[in-house]
Amino acid sequence: MNIPKNLFYTKDHEWARIEGKSVYVGITDYAQGSLGDITFIDLPKVKDALKQSEYCATVESVKAASEVYAPFSGVVSLVNSELLAHPELVNQSPYELGYFFVMEISNETEKTNLMDAVAYEKYVQGLAK
Amino acid sequence: MSYVPHTKDDISSMLKTIGVSSIDELFKDIPQALRPKSFNIPPASSEFEVTQHLKKLAAKNATHLINFVGAGFYDHFIPAAVDAIASRSEFYTAYTPYQPECSQGWLQAIYEYQTIICELTGLDVSNASLYDGGTAIYEAAMMAIRFTGRNKIIMDSGVNLIYRTMLYTYTSNLNVEFVEIPVVHGQSSREELFKHIDDKTAAVIMQNPNFFGAVDDHSDVVAEVHKRGALAIASVYPVSLGMLKPPGEAGFDIATGEGQSLGIPLSFGGPYLGFMAAKKELVRQMPGRIVGATVDSEGKRGFVLTLQTREQHIRREKATSNICSNEALCALRAVVFVALLGKEGLKELAEHNFQKAEFAKDCLSRISGVQVKRSSPTFNEFTVMLPRHADEVVYRMIDKGFACGFPLGRFYKGLDNYLLIAVTEKRTKEDIRRLSDSLEAVLG
Amino acid sequence: MKLIFEKHKEGRVGFTYTKADVPLALPLEAKYCRKADVHLASLSELDVVRHYTNLSRLNFSVDTNFYPLGSYTMKYNPKFTERIASLEGFSQVHPLLPQLLGGGMLAQGSLEVLFETERLLSEITGMSAFTMQPLAGAHGELAGAMLIAAYHKDKGSRRKYVIVPDSSHGTNPASAAIAGYQVKVIPTGPDGYMDLVEYQKHLNNEVAAVMLTCPDTLGIFNPQIKKIADMAHEVGALMYYDGANLNAMLGKARPGDLGFDVVHLNLHKTFATPHGGGGPGSGPVGVSESLVEFLPIPRIVRRSDGTFALDYHRHKSVGYIAPFYGNFGVILKAYAYMLKLGKEGLIQAAELAVLNANYCRVKLREHYDLPFDKICMHECVFSASRQAKNGVHAIDIAKYLIDKGYHPPTVYFPLIVKEALMIEPTETESKETLDEFIEIMIEIARLSKENPILVTQAPLHTPVKRLDETKAAREPNLRWQQ
Repeated sequence: MNIPKNLFYTKDHEWARIEGKSVYVGITDYAQGSLGDITFIDLPKVKDALKQSEYCATVESVKAASEVYAPFSGVVSLVNSELLAHPELVNQSPYELGYFFVMEISNETEKTNLMDAVAYEKYVQGLAK
Repeated sequence: MSYVPHTKDDISSMLKTIGVSSIDELFKDIPQALRPKSFNIPPASSEFEVTQHLKKLAAKNATHLINFVGAGFYDHFIPAAVDAIASRSEFYTAYTPYQPECSQGWLQAIYEYQTIICELTGLDVSNASLYDGGTAIYEAAMMAIRFTGRNKIIMDSGVNLIYRTMLYTYTSNLNVEFVEIPVVHGQSSREELFKHIDDKTAAVIMQNPNFFGAVDDHSDVVAEVHKRGALAIASVYPVSLGMLKPPGEAGFDIATGEGQSLGIPLSFGGPYLGFMAAKKELVRQMPGRIVGATVDSEGKRGFVLTLQTREQHIRREKATSNICSNEALCALRAVVFVALLGKEGLKELAEHNFQKAEFAKDCLSRISGVQVKRSSPTFNEFTVMLPRHADEVVYRMIDKGFACGFPLGRFYKGLDNYLLIAVTEKRTKEDIRRLSDSLEAVLG
Repeated sequence: MKLIFEKHKEGRVGFTYTKADVPLALPLEAKYCRKADVHLASLSELDVVRHYTNLSRLNFSVDTNFYPLGSYTMKYNPKFTERIASLEGFSQVHPLLPQLLGGGMLAQGSLEVLFETERLLSEITGMSAFTMQPLAGAHGELAGAMLIAAYHKDKGSRRKYVIVPDSSHGTNPASAAIAGYQVKVIPTGPDGYMDLVEYQKHLNNEVAAVMLTCPDTLGIFNPQIKKIADMAHEVGALMYYDGANLNAMLGKARPGDLGFDVVHLNLHKTFATPHGGGGPGSGPVGVSESLVEFLPIPRIVRRSDGTFALDYHRHKSVGYIAPFYGNFGVILKAYAYMLKLGKEGLIQAAELAVLNANYCRVKLREHYDLPFDKICMHECVFSASRQAKNGVHAIDIAKYLIDKGYHPPTVYFPLIVKEALMIEPTETESKETLDEFIEIMIEIARLSKENPILVTQAPLHTPVKRLDETKAAREPNLRWQQ
């Protein structure tokens, strides 16, 4: 399973990549693998103000729907509209082409509520048991 | 007795296999204290006895009346082929097609049904049907609320009161604000309507023809609704769509309606057929089952239930609706009915209804004291003003062998003398003349 | 098979009307009319009849195949009830007839059917009164949840929550949400029963109702049911009975006696009306005395002279749930079924449904995991976990059964059982049918160990092979277009 070192993770299997004030958000390889073929993604709107852990998107496979929560507080600045026509990008490239949206954050210290790659890997292994 | 095949030997050998000595032992989890306090059900009857009993009850219902009552539910002719197909038990004793490989017949029939609903309404997508025209309006209103994130619904009071009442019942525990626009001279009042459409409005609901029978072109209403970012919902009468402008052409976002007129018997109020079609961008807000075409592992076309993530068995309390079934058998009747008629038949049917109603208007307008309301064009139903209380006239017309119409005073204050008359293709010139003569006699 | 639209031939005529016998009026103005004809196929009557007859043959149905679809009670649907529903005296009556002055006397037969069905159902369930309006099970649930809301509102109590067990039907939480309630989910304990400690923890005076299925979705009767009801009543909450599984209880226990206040039934399950490919159903709702005044209007009442009438004067009523009096055609069939079976027949139906389910349970428990191995009621729930280790999942078992001519059990429900296979044989199936089915199930268990690919590649003998559901959802094609 692919768990890149440079990202932060949530218990709900979102990842966050910090680039200055911007944060890229998506779902992890583990999440896409458990959902199976993804068929639809309902993205937030640009300018949506989100709080950390707030519901912000839905991802659907043929027989499951699951909710996506914001890893940080901030304002959505860009959504990956490619996913509307090509939801399979989340399966193929969860950490790159399959990102969901970018948000501008004001409080980077919120990352203390998130896991790093090592902690997330342990967390996922714990789920498997 | 209860259609069970078990012989005594079967039962004892099965009990032995299970390892219990009696059937009672299988129910031992139900404590004695919780056993029925009473179970006073009559003893079994034979098929013959039950049939005789129910034939007697059927005979207590009047079938001799010549029917001019419509009010949203119409007495149309049903070709025998519709009954023949709906009586195929491979259709009627199946359940929801969860397993597509052994349900292609149902799935394809529903896909065809969805197609004809789209064609009739002029919209992009249809679901596999809903319970009735009233639940369809409620579901459409909720779609609009979810889609717009707003909670105000404006409803024309030309929408059937039965449906308005259902909508109020269903939303009584939800945060929905309603505005009803009064009808003026049987027509929707644009002035009143436009005054109320604002940035809080989720949807405007119109009916065409409206409850008074008035045909309208709602293109201007739809344009105004869209200017405010709201959705326009139409409730329509499918038989009229063989002639009238379909809601899609007028720009409506969602069309709903009662499909009973498409080959489904009146049957004292059900089972009926709610239909719903919408623009494609609304498909994920649509409730109910939806069938889609796809391919199998060898590339062959096949059909499946799709977009199921909207539904309650996956979303539970977050589902688009709690509806989990549809009225498949009624939808089947509708698709067979429409397929039999084809485009020519459908046009002809609409044409007959329109012409006969126009003829009835002519005949009735000759009766002194009867005023046929002509402020709007109509399809197959129209309003007349009588010189006295319509209830009383209807009562006296029953004696003459007619269910002569629906008294509008039942649903609208101040319209006690108004009668709503529906004329379908089943009413002959002779029926209409006799209606007119009898009415003249009753009023005279 | 081709679609009906692909069989079009320009100029062909199916059904025609005679020429209009009235003088022609001026047509409507163009702005009211459609620009082009409805785009439909032109076909002969035989074209249409053959098309749909051939489509019908692609379905499994109770009349053609064993259909042990758990939770749906796919029992035999007697034919005589179809004939009764098609009697003109029933099928041709306009629903507004009894709402006309003097019209009530012209629909006495239909009103009597409704009144008597309400009475029979009240006695069968031990409730005080029924409304026949709800048009399906889920619709009944919605009506029931609204009745609960009306009851609490009337008492001036503002309650926020509805409790459901995690084994509940998905419609329960969905219905509760529409009635304005939030849902609290109680886990199932290791014994298969709702966890009473958790239940107690969540139960307080903010709870409006507890929604239960009994026997539950695992097919088990909870002997603590009365205690659960008493606990709910203690805090002023109502007990809601999801009647999906009533078939096992006929004459054996009544929801009313168990302490339930609101009950919905599924006439298309318990009372043998056809499922119609997903509908029409009928989901009447029964209530205890304290909720009668909230039932939808109109109520059907019997006057002192023995005639029947509609009563709209119930100011506490929730309003209209259906446009009229319910799915009359379906109610009529259920009424005829109940009269035919009578007391002994209904009890016998429950007994033999339970016998059949337990027979399957015992015969298959060596071969499949049985998460809760105890006497079951009308259905038994296995898990294909053992088979799944070899790559044979519940869905594969389902497809293999189809190849062998059996409709599969319900799979993947209840959600709390992994790889669930929920088998409800119903009382109308013979020992021979069950034995043949059991044999195939055992064969699948064997193949799962020895040669799993034979199962996972199924079905091979169906009109289509496994379908690409991902494609269907990603690129929705929901209607035919030229």
